[in-house]
Amino acid sequence: MNIVVCVKQIPDPANPYSLDPETHLLIRPDEQVLDDTDRYGVEVGLQLAAQTEGTVTLVSMGPAGNMQGIRQALAMGADKAIMIDDADLKGSGALTTAKILAAAIQRSGFDLVLAGTESTDGYTGVVPQQIAELLDVPALTFAKQVSVDASTVTINQQTANGYNVVTSELPAVISVTAGVVEPRYPTFKGIMAAKSKPVENYTASDLGVSDTDPGQAIISVDEATERKAGTKIEDEGEAHLRIIEKLQELKVI
Amino acid sequence: MVWVFVQEANGAADPVALELLTKARTLGSVTALYLGEANDSVFAQLGDYGAANVIHLTGAGNSLPAAATASAIAALATEHNPALILFGSTYIGRDVAGRLSVRLDRPVVSNAVDVALEDGSALITNEIFGGTKIIKTAITASSPALVIARPKAFAAEPGGGGAPHVTEAGLPDVGHAGSATITDRHTETASGPKLEEAEIVVSGGRGLGSAEKYELVESLAAKLRAATGATRAIVDAGWVPYAKQVGQTGKTVKPKIYIACGISGAMQHLVGMKDSDTIIAINKDPEAPIFDVADLGIVGDVHNVVPKLIEAL
Repeated sequence: MNIVVCVKQIPDPANPYSLDPETHLLIRPDEQVLDDTDRYGVEVGLQLAAQTEGTVTLVSMGPAGNMQGIRQALAMGADKAIMIDDADLKGSGALTTAKILAAAIQRSGFDLVLAGTESTDGYTGVVPQQIAELLDVPALTFAKQVSVDASTVTINQQTANGYNVVTSELPAVISVTAGVVEPRYPTFKGIMAAKSKPVENYTASDLGVSDTDPGQAIISVDEATERKAGTKIEDEGEAHLRIIEKLQELKVI
Repeated sequence: MVWVFVQEANGAADPVALELLTKARTLGSVTALYLGEANDSVFAQLGDYGAANVIHLTGAGNSLPAAATASAIAALATEHNPALILFGSTYIGRDVAGRLSVRLDRPVVSNAVDVALEDGSALITNEIFGGTKIIKTAITASSPALVIARPKAFAAEPGGGGAPHVTEAGLPDVGHAGSATITDRHTETASGPKLEEAEIVVSGGRGLGSAEKYELVESLAAKLRAATGATRAIVDAGWVPYAKQVGQTGKTVKPKIYIACGISGAMQHLVGMKDSDTIIAINKDPEAPIFDVADLGIVGDVHNVVPKLIEAL
């Protein structure tokens, strides 16, 4: 089975994010990390590939930098990567991103496309659905469990008050929630192997995507009125009484 | 003309749709696009909240409806050219909006907390970086503007509108893209109040130390008749189900009281709860960012403080 996993390199969320004051775009250092939510898609892809004697191809759009994030996913076991780094794509919205990724996926061929439900930095949360529409296939979204057989895929789809079992013929796009599987950590062997795995690089025009106008523009960035910190006390054994007082003051007990 | 996508939830309009209708009626004449089973009382409620017209999208059956729904709305939008189509940030809302943006070749802006129409163009407000910055985005593409709003961005208030004019539109056959089928539905019986609606929410984070210790959160919540929530970290770790996640990629809550147990206060979490009326936080680390937003912060071990609190209640 030909499995494609959409992944993204993001600035390390452990450090505070900031916007470029001129462009209003997120400042992306050369060294970015694999978005944590993508590790789930990669893991599902690797498990299904092992089961079906398939391959896992990563596809990613954004500043390549030193490729550390993509290497992380290759080190987990993905076979190869397709990277689209193009200055014309800076500031792209979800739709342009989806057009680029769908074109790259189309070019590589696919039976199943996997993605996280949303990226940690942009979190538009619609790219998997847009890719599915562009590829004219079903989108089985918010999967908390995934299984495949020869020609069909079945997921448990998260709903507001439980889950639905959803099944579809391949090809299809699936978005997975965090926690769907336990992502593996790269082994030393995996890390070494990742260094020599093939990475194909494309631009938007290589993929035949000419309209990269995002159709939207940030016109202002302002500081929010910050919520003020209240009382902070050290627990010396009786701090729970302060909570009781607060709850009494608020008339809930 | 403003359109609002409304999905059925348990035989009625999803609560987030009533929030959107309340906002939409301040922007212009409102049409609700209703997906699901309905009757006159459902339509009357849509009218009460501001819909002058309802287009009832029918025929989803057991198919995953997003692809066919997007196709139906695209055809209607091409015919009527609304200025704006509003969606709630729900599972189905995101699925339909994403596919529709491709169908119409229009951008879609997610996570909106406010939206305005100026000279017919949409201006969208977002909160980023855990709500510390507010950005405004103008849509430069031609109409309709597609916007997905966060739940609780607007307060739902009935407006006293009369029964709307209802028309039906059947969902089209979109071939393979619409062929995924729901074969079984599982409802997890949740005990206690619903997370999004509860007046008090007790949440737990990594500071609890282990999945078993989430019991502290549940016991405290039971004493206060509160709903239970969680951070993404412990949802990812598999301690509690995704449905309990509060934050950027989870639910948005605005209870009267939010009690954070062993939660450091990552941006991802703060964005989902910072608008609570009163925040009480218990955390070992005095430098934890949760204390920057807490009205009452206890620097202490949840394993000491919470059992004593439960005992004293």
